[in-house]
Amino acid sequence: MELDVQALLGILLSAVLTENFILVKFYGICPFMGVSKKIDTALGMGMAVTFVMALASAACFAVNELLLIPMELEYMQTIAFILVIASLVQVVEMFLKKFVPALYKALGVYLPLITTNCAVLGVVLVNVQKGYGFLASVVNGACGGLGFTLAIVLFASIRERVDKTDCPEAFKGFPITLISAGLLALAFMGFSGLKIF
Amino acid sequence: MNVKKQFEEGLLTKNPVLVQLLGMCSVLAITTSLFNGLGMGISVTIILICSNVLISALRKVIPSQIRIASYIVIIAGFVTIVDLLLQAFLPDLAESLGVFIPLIVVNCIILGRAEAFASKNGVIASALDGLFQGIGYTVALVAMCVIRELLGSGTFGGGLLNGGEGIRIIPEGYPAMQMIMPVGGFLTLGFVVAGFQYYMRRRQSKKKEGVK
Repeated sequence: MELDVQALLGILLSAVLTENFILVKFYGICPFMGVSKKIDTALGMGMAVTFVMALASAACFAVNELLLIPMELEYMQTIAFILVIASLVQVVEMFLKKFVPALYKALGVYLPLITTNCAVLGVVLVNVQKGYGFLASVVNGACGGLGFTLAIVLFASIRERVDKTDCPEAFKGFPITLISAGLLALAFMGFSGLKIF
Repeated sequence: MNVKKQFEEGLLTKNPVLVQLLGMCSVLAITTSLFNGLGMGISVTIILICSNVLISALRKVIPSQIRIASYIVIIAGFVTIVDLLLQAFLPDLAESLGVFIPLIVVNCIILGRAEAFASKNGVIASALDGLFQGIGYTVALVAMCVIRELLGSGTFGGGLLNGGEGIRIIPEGYPAMQMIMPVGGFLTLGFVVAGFQYYMRRRQSKKKEGVK
C-alpha cells in the first residue's frame, strides 16, 4: 500500500468511526462489557489498549516480514502473534512499572488482561490480511485503539445512568446492558458510508 | 465427577454464553446464518475438547507460574490446525467466518475452561467438560442464528438448506436488514439472555415449591 497521507487519513477515519472495532466489527467485546462500569476505568483501559495495539502492530509486522515470510512459516502466524502480544504486554508492564509508575498505577489490573483482548490479535491479523505496510499497520493499530476508547468511554457514561434505572426483572444486569450497546451501535451505523475521498 | 451434572452445567446452569457471558465477540459477530453458527460452534467444541484433554494431561508438568502462557500456546496450536483444515475442506465457511477463526485463540471460553476445570481435573472429566461446554456454546449460537437470520434476511438455514440460499419464510423486501448488522447482534443477545434469565428464575422457583 502506498504511504500517502490520504490513504492514512482514510485508515484513520474508518478505524475510528465507520469500522469501529467494538460496535461494527465486534472485536474486544469482553473488556467492553467488563470494564465499562465507570468512565475513569474505561478511559484507562482504552488508553492501555491503544498503546498496546500500536506497539503490537509494529512488532507483529516486523515478526511477520523478517521471520515468518523468509522462513515460509506463514501458517504459524496465529501462534507467533499471540506470543508476541503476550510478551509485549509483559514488557510494557515492566517498563511502565519502572519508568512511568503513575501511568502503571492508573492502568493497574487492566494491563495484563489486554493479552486476551481480541481487538489486539484482531488488528494484527487484519493488518496482515489487508497487506498494510509498516506505517499503515501502526496507524491502523493506534486508530483502532482510539475507536475502542471512544466506544468504551461513551458506553460507560451511558451505563452509569442505565444501572440506576428501574427495568423489568428479567432484563436486569447483562441484558439491558447489551440492549443499550445495541442502541449505541445503531448510532454508529450512521457513520457508515462516510468517506473523505 | 457426575456426568449428568456436568451436562446440565454446560447446557443450562453454567452455559458459557448465556450465564458466564464468555466469548461474546464471536457470538455477536458471526451469528448471521445457520451455517456460520453451526460451523463456529463445532469448531470451538473440537478445539475445546482437544485443549482440555491436553491441558488436563499436562497439568502436573506445567509449572504454575507460566501456565497461562502455556495454555495459550496449546490453544493456538489447535486453532491453527482447525483453521488450516477448514481452509482446505470447507473454504466457504472459512471465508465467511474470516478472522474469527484465528480469534478463537483469545476466546475466553477456552482459556476459562482450561484454568477453571482442565487444570484441576482428570483427562476424561475434562474431555466431557469440553464437550458439554461446547454443546452449550453451539446451542446458544444456533439460537441466535435462527432468530437473526429469520428477522434479518427472512430465511432459515442459510448456507445449508435449499442449495445455500436457505428456505425463505418472510418475503423479500420485508425483513429488517438491521438484524443481521451489528445492532441486531446486541439486541438479539440482550433479549435471548433476558429470556433465559426469566426461564431459569421460574425453574428455580418451581424447584423450591417442589421441595416444600
